[in-house]
Amino acid sequence: MGTQVLGAPIKRKEDPNLLTGNAKFTADLDLPNIAHVAILHSPEAHAKIKKLDASVASRLPGVIRIFTGADISSKMMPLVCIFKPAGVETQFPPHPYGVPGAQTALATDKVRYVGEWVAAVVAETRKQAYDALSAIDVEYERLPVVTTAEEALRPGAPQLHDSAPGNLCAHVSFGDKKAAEDAIEKAEVVLREKFTIPRQLHQANETRATIARYDAATDEYTLWTNTQIPHGNRFMISSLVLGIPYNKLRVIVPNIGGSYGSKGYLYQDAPLLLVLAKEVGRPLKWVDNREDLSVTTVHARGQVQYATLAGNRDGTIAALSVTNYVNLGAYPATNGPSTPSILTGRSVTGAYAIPNPFYEAYLVYANSVMLGPARGAGRMEAMFLIERLVDMFAREIGMDPAEVRRKNMVRPDQFPYENRLGWTYDSGEYEAALNRALDMAGYSDIQQRKAEARKNGKLLGIGIGSYVTIGGVGPSSRMGKEGLIGSTWASAIVRVHQTGDVTAITGCQPHGQGQITTFAQIAAHELGVPIEKVEIIHSDTLGVPYAQGSYGSRSFSVEGAAIYEACQLVKQKALQMGAHLLGAEEKDVVYTEGKVQTKADPGRAKTLQEIASALWFAWDVPAGMAPGLEVTSYFDPPDFNFPFGTHVAIVEIDEQTGATEVVRYTGVNDVGFMGNPKVVEGQMHGSIAFGIGPALMEQVIYDENGTLLTRDLDTYPIPRPSDMPEFELDSTVTPTPLNGMGAKGAGDVAQPAVAPAIVNAICDALSEFGVRHIDIPATPEKIWRAMRGN
Amino acid sequence: MARKTNVSEATVVQTSTECPVSLAVNGLEHRESVPVDMLLVDFLRDRLGLTGTKFGCDTGHCGSCTVLVDGLSVKSCTMLAVQADGTQVTTIEGVSGGSVLNALQTALWEQHAVQCGYCTPGMVLSLTDLLSRNSRPSQSEIRHWIDGNVCRCGVYQNVVRAVESLTEPSR
Repeated sequence: MGTQVLGAPIKRKEDPNLLTGNAKFTADLDLPNIAHVAILHSPEAHAKIKKLDASVASRLPGVIRIFTGADISSKMMPLVCIFKPAGVETQFPPHPYGVPGAQTALATDKVRYVGEWVAAVVAETRKQAYDALSAIDVEYERLPVVTTAEEALRPGAPQLHDSAPGNLCAHVSFGDKKAAEDAIEKAEVVLREKFTIPRQLHQANETRATIARYDAATDEYTLWTNTQIPHGNRFMISSLVLGIPYNKLRVIVPNIGGSYGSKGYLYQDAPLLLVLAKEVGRPLKWVDNREDLSVTTVHARGQVQYATLAGNRDGTIAALSVTNYVNLGAYPATNGPSTPSILTGRSVTGAYAIPNPFYEAYLVYANSVMLGPARGAGRMEAMFLIERLVDMFAREIGMDPAEVRRKNMVRPDQFPYENRLGWTYDSGEYEAALNRALDMAGYSDIQQRKAEARKNGKLLGIGIGSYVTIGGVGPSSRMGKEGLIGSTWASAIVRVHQTGDVTAITGCQPHGQGQITTFAQIAAHELGVPIEKVEIIHSDTLGVPYAQGSYGSRSFSVEGAAIYEACQLVKQKALQMGAHLLGAEEKDVVYTEGKVQTKADPGRAKTLQEIASALWFAWDVPAGMAPGLEVTSYFDPPDFNFPFGTHVAIVEIDEQTGATEVVRYTGVNDVGFMGNPKVVEGQMHGSIAFGIGPALMEQVIYDENGTLLTRDLDTYPIPRPSDMPEFELDSTVTPTPLNGMGAKGAGDVAQPAVAPAIVNAICDALSEFGVRHIDIPATPEKIWRAMRGN
Repeated sequence: MARKTNVSEATVVQTSTECPVSLAVNGLEHRESVPVDMLLVDFLRDRLGLTGTKFGCDTGHCGSCTVLVDGLSVKSCTMLAVQADGTQVTTIEGVSGGSVLNALQTALWEQHAVQCGYCTPGMVLSLTDLLSRNSRPSQSEIRHWIDGNVCRCGVYQNVVRAVESLTEPSR
């Protein structure tokens, strides 16, 4: 019996369907009598709408109807923000229910960012809908524009919302400011640095897409859309935007073509298309295009950090103080304030025991697209800050940067370790991972390699990126205290059919991370059945219990843990029923490898199939036992888990051009127990690629008018396979005590190591030029100028 | 400052001329009348219902829409349907020749070279073209060849392993 399936690098169950092109994504679906929607976007960053005339456009061939903000404002409420930073004053756009509001689906009197939705065309074909956009006549009266957080906070800055004077959403702070200031005052070495982290676009290959249907006979609404949070969409759309009965809305998520954090929101399209479908009496389809994606889908990162690190010449860090300015966009994204507040703020101490940390952030509205998380959310910005500062500190005191890390890392005997900013690290061997990564990279031979590279006109540098990043989001009561208007527990139903086949229904929302395989591995292993007998159901609010979907590296260690828990309860009932069938006492039988057997005589046994079948017939069950073999389990983790590791980058810089090549990339990651090491490895490959981009080339650029200059893959380059070396990865395994499997998050936890490792390597390579720091992306131009002192 | 777009019905070109095309897709002959501005990707997806071919960017950058035209890999968003007149087109639906998975697809499966799977059909067709030209590509040749097939999930390294596994001397 293949009970060792959990932990094995088996092939993914989902792949044949994807490899044959048979898998259906939202844009691949069709419905009878479907019509198509195109959106008119604002070309202005801040303006009053003086006139909107769609009369010409509405007479064009194929156009069914054109909707403006005025047409829908009585039929739907504004979108909402469900993260309201706790314990501080907050200012949000209004919502009639008193919850934090966000944008309206279509603008009415004013637009506040380039890309804001102004009108929706419904036409017979997608092309006819798009063609009609240029015939809609809109007259704007321009208002002054502000595109950065710091400028938006200045007195006299253009004001975006009447309900948010001064453009401030919230000012949050963690840690002891006075203690940090005092420690900085007393320290031997004080470093002050400004880090600018530009915005990043997720650029999933699949754009966002939505199909909406309204059935007048039953008053039922159905949505097919590529969201990471089907249940969250169902609740927010029905209860907070449309005001329709929760039971009348079903949300189905087809295959998703990548998200990386870009599809985990309530966007305008889903509720708008439902309203429009009802109005025109036909199912509607909206499929975004690449150019519009950059203004219809959230951006990520975008922080301006002022950091002070204080330490002593023996290499110990005494204090860290950070003030961060963050442009949330013109309106808050669904969870917009969470990333720059808790995910960055509580994480800035990284892998180190820093006695006196302090963090504050100004979360500000400005005329740009909404800000949300992306793979490595918040923690990349935090790790970049601390890992760059540690290197600068090492250089300042003339100590090896690896040695400074060893001196300050949280030691194994310190767990659970409270980092004085609100995170409690669960378990780890941080220094062991660092040492292993340095060995793999050949850290001790680096001077020789530098000399060799120099002969070829290359400047070689080595850089370390250590990380500790929160995963397994999360404990619900804790998230409530942080300000989440919602919950983060997991759900699972495990059902053993009379045939012995197993159905596991998960509240998780797989979109490329392999949960259909890894969750089946959990059930197969725990129940002792072949994995072929296990099917995984997900992503349809009809039949899947309420849960939170996938984000925040939570799938395996939280939703997977719910399947694990459900399996334990299934086994418990099977054990009781098995004992009954064997005529034995419960204490005299054990569950092993898919059957219940007596301890005295293992040959006396009933298989899970026999037990499930007996429970299905229910002709002879113990008194008080219900028929059937099915368990619903809810799992709320007691705390977050904290994966960790160290990555090491070796770069070569061309002296003539300033171009950087990552010539070697090694990393050691520890995500606790791994359900499928090949799946985890794939997540690491993706995370590293998603870190090389912002390190070297990716950045969102706005001009002073608030026009987005990086709207396509020409202006927004992303890393290609030939830009990357073969990644050399290893793992250590330090289980977490927080779930039955000892598993931690893996999906985006290692991404934060990448940019600091690469930029540390670049600064190492450029050390002879006296280059102290290069902001990301470290483009050839920036490096070329730095080498030449301009 | 006011900004105004002047629109009149005359400025909007709406009619598009139709043109006959005749082509074989996955071995099946099709004779259709298509708008002259219809992209091959839209013809395959919307007219023939072959949705295995994905679209990602409309500008030839991402490679999700890669198909074979007369055996050569082409990004089908950069080609008009009428330009495919008289050609043999192969889409992902036509690659495995009746089996569920061919050797390349099987290798990609074994090496975990699939994550969300959106780039996968284009990647398979691009690699099919590579392997028809070069039965033993080097790692560098493989990486450069698939530079035109963006995978934001980052499966490139496992794609390289898959192709290398196919071309190992033992096979």
